[in-house]
Amino acid sequence: MNDNNTRTLLTIITEASLEGRLLPELEKLGAQGYTITDARGKGSRGARDADWDADSNIRIEVICSRAIAEAITARLQEKYYDNFAMIIFSHDVSVLRPEKF
Amino acid sequence: MIDPIILFFILGIVAGLARSELRLPAQIYDFVSILLLLSIGLKGGVELAKQPFGALAPQVLAVLLMGLSLPLVAFPVLRYLGRFKRADAASIAAHYGSVSVGTYAVAAAYMASNGVSFEEHMPLLLVILEIPAIVVGILLARGLRRDMQWGLVTHEIFAGKGIMLLLGGLVIGWVAGPEGLVPLEPLFIDLFKGILALFLLEMGLIAASRISALRYHGPFLVVFGIGMSLFSAVVGAGLGVALGLSPGGTAMLATLAASASYIAVPAAMRISVPEANPTLSLTASLGVTFPFNVLIGIPLYYEMSLRIHSAFGA
Repeated sequence: MNDNNTRTLLTIITEASLEGRLLPELEKLGAQGYTITDARGKGSRGARDADWDADSNIRIEVICSRAIAEAITARLQEKYYDNFAMIIFSHDVSVLRPEKF
Repeated sequence: MIDPIILFFILGIVAGLARSELRLPAQIYDFVSILLLLSIGLKGGVELAKQPFGALAPQVLAVLLMGLSLPLVAFPVLRYLGRFKRADAASIAAHYGSVSVGTYAVAAAYMASNGVSFEEHMPLLLVILEIPAIVVGILLARGLRRDMQWGLVTHEIFAGKGIMLLLGGLVIGWVAGPEGLVPLEPLFIDLFKGILALFLLEMGLIAASRISALRYHGPFLVVFGIGMSLFSAVVGAGLGVALGLSPGGTAMLATLAASASYIAVPAAMRISVPEANPTLSLTASLGVTFPFNVLIGIPLYYEMSLRIHSAFGA
């Protein structure tokens, strides 16, 4: 794999009610774009079955450089981990057009 | 005779408890609640067009005061008898000071099927009651701290779909007037009960999922969820008589007071008091208070209003 084509795919699974607050923050920290999907599942905060607003989850995916991914992770962990349902994980992906990310 | 819409609610609870795969798709539930909010707003708006605003001012003020005081009663009970953390007690208190539009809709349907009339501007009072408890709840949890992001909270309250649609419906109804709304009536007025039946089916499913959570949060929430409703209903009914409302209107105000929010307040609390556990407040308001009011409370509050009226009313 050509290292120049490697970026980090950061996945954030969290409460749908946070969407409006998270997105500006991601952009401020340098994310060039993101993809959001509705999600449901179960974890330490019980079943999040998306029956209605208060129980809905979203999954945000961001492809960016490792440095930006680390900055986003640190920031979200500090601000939201205590009180909100939130999971963040990341892995390397190879992309076709690295200049986009 | 039991109203069939109540049977839809019971069906939802039964299906939920039986772990049926039945569920309303999220978008349908959204659509159904949007229709309910709009038709309640429109009905109230038409009525507002018929009377001067000044005449309503005393009622608006009195209801605002009630919305501020109910959480102040609930908070110490939760904090000291229930031994909840400060944030949790404040959040639950805010839910109980605010109102549930679903409960209001069921009460309106109950009045209609029993041929009882009530003051049609009641939706205005519904909107007004929604807000003050949120502010009191935040203050109870936080105190007067400078770092509170009130801008964000205000946005969450007023831009939330509940207030937006109720207020929007009120304004549209007010501007359009009774004749202007005639072409819209087939959707918003005639279908109201069918829509409400679907809504209650889904509410039954949601309530059932909360009822199973009750096992973990103990009997206190059950006692509080019913006790607080009864207390608030008495306050609301007393206020209704004092304001000179009809028996139907008094029962509606009692129902509003007794109901607990599950849309506007949870959203606002999640943003402003995130350390409060939403499971506690939603379990109480959806698992206990909503079913209690729908199944038992509303007829009870109507009966109570009739008695208070014959005792004190003119």
